[in-house]
Amino acid sequence: MDTFYYLIQNTLPVAIPLLLVALGGMFSERSGIINIALEGIMLFGAFFGCLTVYGLQTFSINGQVILLIAMLVAAIGGILYSLLLSFAAINMRADQTIVGTALNMLVPAFILLFAKMTFNSDGITTNVNFYIKEVPVLSKIPVLGDLFFQKTYITVYIGFLFLAIAMIIFYTTRFGIRLRACGEHPHAADSVGINVYFMRYMGVGLSGFLGGIGGFFYSVGVMDGNVNGHTGVAGFGFLALAVMIFGQWKPGRIMVAAVFFAFLRTLAYSVALIPFLNNLDINQTYYKMLPYIATMIALIFTSKKSRAPKAEGIPYDKSNR
Amino acid sequence: MQKNKTSPSLKDRIHTLTSSKGGSAFTATLLAIGMGLLFGFLVMLLASPFNSVPGFLEILLGGASRLGDVLYFATPILMTGLAVGFAFKMGLFNIGASGQYTMGMFFSLYVAFMWELPTSIHWIACIIAGMVGGMLWGIIPGLLKATLNVNEVITSIMFNYIGMYLVDMWIQGNAVMYVSSKTRTQYLPASAQIPSLGITGSNVNFAIVIAIVIAVLLFVVLNKTIFGFELKATGFNKHASQYAGMNGKRNIILTMVIAGGLAGLGGAFAILAPSSIAGSSMTYEPISVIAANGFNGIAVALLGNSSPIGIIFSALFISYIQRGGTLATMFGYKPEIIDVVIAVIIYFSAFSMLMKNTLAKILHNMANKVHTKDAENRTTKDHKKGGK
Repeated sequence: MDTFYYLIQNTLPVAIPLLLVALGGMFSERSGIINIALEGIMLFGAFFGCLTVYGLQTFSINGQVILLIAMLVAAIGGILYSLLLSFAAINMRADQTIVGTALNMLVPAFILLFAKMTFNSDGITTNVNFYIKEVPVLSKIPVLGDLFFQKTYITVYIGFLFLAIAMIIFYTTRFGIRLRACGEHPHAADSVGINVYFMRYMGVGLSGFLGGIGGFFYSVGVMDGNVNGHTGVAGFGFLALAVMIFGQWKPGRIMVAAVFFAFLRTLAYSVALIPFLNNLDINQTYYKMLPYIATMIALIFTSKKSRAPKAEGIPYDKSNR
Repeated sequence: MQKNKTSPSLKDRIHTLTSSKGGSAFTATLLAIGMGLLFGFLVMLLASPFNSVPGFLEILLGGASRLGDVLYFATPILMTGLAVGFAFKMGLFNIGASGQYTMGMFFSLYVAFMWELPTSIHWIACIIAGMVGGMLWGIIPGLLKATLNVNEVITSIMFNYIGMYLVDMWIQGNAVMYVSSKTRTQYLPASAQIPSLGITGSNVNFAIVIAIVIAVLLFVVLNKTIFGFELKATGFNKHASQYAGMNGKRNIILTMVIAGGLAGLGGAFAILAPSSIAGSSMTYEPISVIAANGFNGIAVALLGNSSPIGIIFSALFISYIQRGGTLATMFGYKPEIIDVVIAVIIYFSAFSMLMKNTLAKILHNMANKVHTKDAENRTTKDHKKGGK
């Protein structure tokens, strides 16, 4: 049972970045813009988040407060960076995949350049403790306390809060319904007076917001509060895209998919602790490949009957109506 | 037009520059490059204002003093550029060139270390092995795309990671190749190295000749064969080409195999090159990082407008500014500045056509205004011509 608790406790901080970024991708794609740049947006957010932590750590502020401030900075960073994608894809009608690739390449180079010239290292290293050993009172609840309120990060709760908000926005508000219309049939949406350009800016902006936060949460939950230009976010932006596709562009399913992928990854990194897997004596590297291989398999099963937004990837041109 | 024939008016010149098809793509590319360099300069200015001008000049001109190295480093990215560009023609985005490149490297290394072959054919066998490695890594995304409609962008990204982990694991698990105390493989045996072109003071080798020949061959395939025609037709309109009886599925798979083979050759050329620059070839270091040359191939392909001949020049250009970037370290800058420049170039080249057209329109209007004022004094007739 302890192993199980251990796995869940370690899965959640990994699942949250995937969940948030995949939700961001969902908003962007449901508005009609393919967001390959999630990897870059995550790293951009992580960079500014960690830079904020680095700046604040000398003052004696509570670690959780620093985390919240850095989260806001990361969110703003993500939004600003996503504007580059919106501008190119919406106003300039550029190829969204190419722009996304360029944005993904820009951030690691920028971080390496900055970190090498200012810190003489490959990234930013911080030493604030974000880890929560146990939440008062709640951690005493049997089973649930062990699963969710011990050895965790505050990011887990924020992540689920964002999921709830995202679901409400997505399904119940006028904004959410309009956004989805723009991804399915932008001309029809335009004909009833919805500003397609604006909605797409909002969709990509939301993906910047969630992507930036997700990137910073990756730094907190996986990298121990650090960011590195070489390893970046280890393909989590792309995994999040796969999670989104596996989740069929729906928030609830995306959450299930994110937890599943994060569980696989945690399993891969804790083989030594699980006697059964350890006895199999399989090379560790195979386990590290597991999330990527699982992504492939998941895509194989979901691609045939994919429910992708119909208008995604097609620049909206009013004059074609 | 009222101007005499020997000196065409500004407007005419702008018009010819911006309207011809090849020239139009070329100006758009130049515009993207200009934006990239400008952004790079701004970053340098922010990072260290006093060194920015000499540093930037080094980036622009430094490559000229190292032409041999420009050719040497251009070889692998020329191949990955072809790998991306060739797939582009088919409407496929082969972002997996990195994985195919790494796989090619591994296959070449394997043959170099594990096979005993006569000196004269050993290096050729290594190159072919690299091509096969790349093909294997290209065919899987191709098959998945053709049969199950799995998005090739995501699959090939996943294959970058899987390939990188696999190769690192295979290398570390091979006692013949890997020296664990140095955390890298041994240096290649001399028989597996590609013959040098023998130019003193440079590392340029025979691979650049092979790479250029391959580019020209691809140009012929794309423009003079039925396969090339089908490929481009599918790239233009998938459904129309299907309707015309072209086998889209077979062509997708074939394209990805060829693209993978090209990237694999890039890996082979990179690792098999004899070089005096420490660590740049002949040995592989497993560090769990995806090969940058695969992504640089995307920049090369976009700048070259996906045309094999254009890709030769864009590979040379990227390699040229990379050399400059290395030299700019003398002024305290880091070589990553070039990666920033390249990323910005890709960003702008994604919509440089539209940007160029807007700019051309503005220039046209400006030229027209000047022209009109000029013409009002003499005749108003050609104003109408210019206005269209």
